[in-house]
Amino acid sequence: MNHEALPKEESKQLFEKIQTDLFAPLSKHYGFTAWIVVLATVLITAAMAYFIQLRDGLGVTAMRDIVSWGLYISTFVFFVAVSLVGMLISAVLGLLKIPGITPITRIAELIAIAFVMMAGAIIVFDMGRPDRLLNVFLHGRIQSPIVWDITVITTYIVISLLLLILPLIPDMAIMRNRFKDAPKWQVMIYKILSLGFAGLPEQKKIIYKSMRTLSILIIPVAFGIHTVTSWLFAMTLRVGWDSTIFGPYFVAGAFPAGVGAMAIALFVFRNSYNLKEYITEKHFDLVGKLLVLTSLLYLYFNLNEFLVPGYKMKTADGHHLEMLFVGKYALLFWFVQIFGLILPIVLLLFKKMRKPFPMLIIGVFVVIGAFLKRFIIVAPTLEHPFLPVQNVPEHFMVYWPNGFEWAITMGAISIALLILTILAKVIPIMPVWEIALEKGVREEELEEAYKNN
Amino acid sequence: MEDKKNKKTRRDFLKAGLAFGAGSLAGVGLFSTIDGVKAETGKLAKVLTADGKIMEVDTSHLKEFGKKTEQDLQKRGRKGIAGRKWTMVIDLSKCRNARMCMAACQSAHELKPEQHHINVLAMQDAEKTAPFFMPKPCQHCDNPPCTKVCPVDATFKRSDGIVLIDNERCIGCRFCIAACPYSARIFNWSEPKVAADDREYDVELNVPQKRGTVSKCLFSADQLRDEKMPYCASACPNGVYWFGDMNEDAVTNGTTKETVRFSELIKNNAGYTLLPELGTKPSVYYLPAKDRLFEFNLNGKTTLDNNEHV
Repeated sequence: MNHEALPKEESKQLFEKIQTDLFAPLSKHYGFTAWIVVLATVLITAAMAYFIQLRDGLGVTAMRDIVSWGLYISTFVFFVAVSLVGMLISAVLGLLKIPGITPITRIAELIAIAFVMMAGAIIVFDMGRPDRLLNVFLHGRIQSPIVWDITVITTYIVISLLLLILPLIPDMAIMRNRFKDAPKWQVMIYKILSLGFAGLPEQKKIIYKSMRTLSILIIPVAFGIHTVTSWLFAMTLRVGWDSTIFGPYFVAGAFPAGVGAMAIALFVFRNSYNLKEYITEKHFDLVGKLLVLTSLLYLYFNLNEFLVPGYKMKTADGHHLEMLFVGKYALLFWFVQIFGLILPIVLLLFKKMRKPFPMLIIGVFVVIGAFLKRFIIVAPTLEHPFLPVQNVPEHFMVYWPNGFEWAITMGAISIALLILTILAKVIPIMPVWEIALEKGVREEELEEAYKNN
Repeated sequence: MEDKKNKKTRRDFLKAGLAFGAGSLAGVGLFSTIDGVKAETGKLAKVLTADGKIMEVDTSHLKEFGKKTEQDLQKRGRKGIAGRKWTMVIDLSKCRNARMCMAACQSAHELKPEQHHINVLAMQDAEKTAPFFMPKPCQHCDNPPCTKVCPVDATFKRSDGIVLIDNERCIGCRFCIAACPYSARIFNWSEPKVAADDREYDVELNVPQKRGTVSKCLFSADQLRDEKMPYCASACPNGVYWFGDMNEDAVTNGTTKETVRFSELIKNNAGYTLLPELGTKPSVYYLPAKDRLFEFNLNGKTTLDNNEHV
């Protein structure tokens, strides 16, 4: 981890520069206010829509008895998928000791936390009786995959928060000593979060050890959240959901979704936080390669999920696949498969495409593809039950989310982005101490900065 | 300075304590509404005891003599009727799509026209086979996919085989609707046809219906409690429905009131269950639509298009 230590004077200057660069966005960065205004506007619209939904019932949505889960549930799956990137980057890549990932680990954790929290929230938006939420704890039944989901998601939130907070402790110690003149509440926060860290060897050892343990622990939990999420569908007898590979299919699909989101986040932070020296083209190259790898894995699962039943065309499977391949969902299906999966794989094989701007565009397509993919996993299956749908109004038989659902879903997305924005505003977006060490700042420089005085 | 700071933290601590206290009180309030425990009203009512004394009690404790409270109804509703195993046999050769069953059911359960606990479907198995009408209630499966997935035990299987819904507990997640392969469940997307009033909620009738909760066929558990036939079965003019107790091996026809052996009826008429390959083990049996004495007629059509029955 420790590179060649620099000469004393140079090291001092470098450390000062790193601190200035990484702490600068905390006081100002470009377009912050405008971005907050945009998010707030979406949020207010969503709040109004949700108020009406609470007042008049879920009947204001386009969901009905046949398609009784819609955009909310598919967005829930999407959120859980995106949040898996925290585990992938900071745990898997970290444990594999992939060089140069330090500047992007915290961004991955922030995405994970923001989205997994909203995954929990959007389930509540989908409930017919959110006032009875406590029933889940009062009368919870261990047989229900929903109860499993609540358990693993809560665990994932806790471990992700710990993985965010632990490497933050030395940073907070540095900030505590550096920003003595900041507003009182801010100093208070630094003080509390630095947990009295003073750079003692035992303190460092505890942090390293617990980070390592948590990095290992989060892997099964992350697999757990998305596997259990897939089981919400796979545990039913419905055509299109009744699949034994749904767990790995969902987990594999979560990786490109999260890595795509990562590419967007890297581009945005690099530019608006002015961090070109830290988030370099090498990082985009790495994320690009990771996107190819994970997308190939997902393509393999897609092949299994669609080709195997598609070859046999059993009655009910056949109707379902026809609807996806050539029927009313064909446009969505092929858009998702081509622009969200196949084209990104092909394009990213070229080095030119793994530069920041192309990565942003590809990231956007992958994320939109991932969002729509969740939708065509949820809705078409429900539109086609085993028995014919009769004696109900026409609009029961088809589903397309209406304005209320879009508004509330966009609201949930904007809360996730707001959490991300605010967290990235109050804590340094990269672990300052780790960056400093990697860049060759001398240990004693850091010791000095940690000292509790 | 130091002293001042201490005072401040102490005050903050007290504030935090108060906020926590208020929060827990609100929590308790929420819990009590959920469990249907009524709060004291503070108003006193005079009651006459058996030995002639006049007593005063809080009005929240008053209960009309002989009237079942919601808790009583819930308690017996969850248990089921001892020693019974209800079953229904639907004779498709008799069904002419009269839809009296649907009407009787919707009226008993206060359902809107588009809400069906029982739905008569026009069916056709393959392109060349003959179409027929098939009433489809909840199958009251012995291996019910719906009760398994319910996170709060709001839908449950009773000892007498009936699958019920407690709409006082249902959180409206609709997992059971997704899990049911027979599309037997409906949801109260908006205010029900008859709004909830001060009637006691009867879990065996699922009335009053409540917004944001699931509903479905209950085998008319309230009728069975009074030893009567289900609403649909007694309304049918064509003798489609047989209903009875598998333990007694006897089913009674809702129209003719004739009683026969369940096992013989099923054996002699090649009875079957719906989607048996799913392993749900339905309590509803069907007799095939053979030897019909009438033409299939759906709005003038004598056969169905491919897209109408799949």
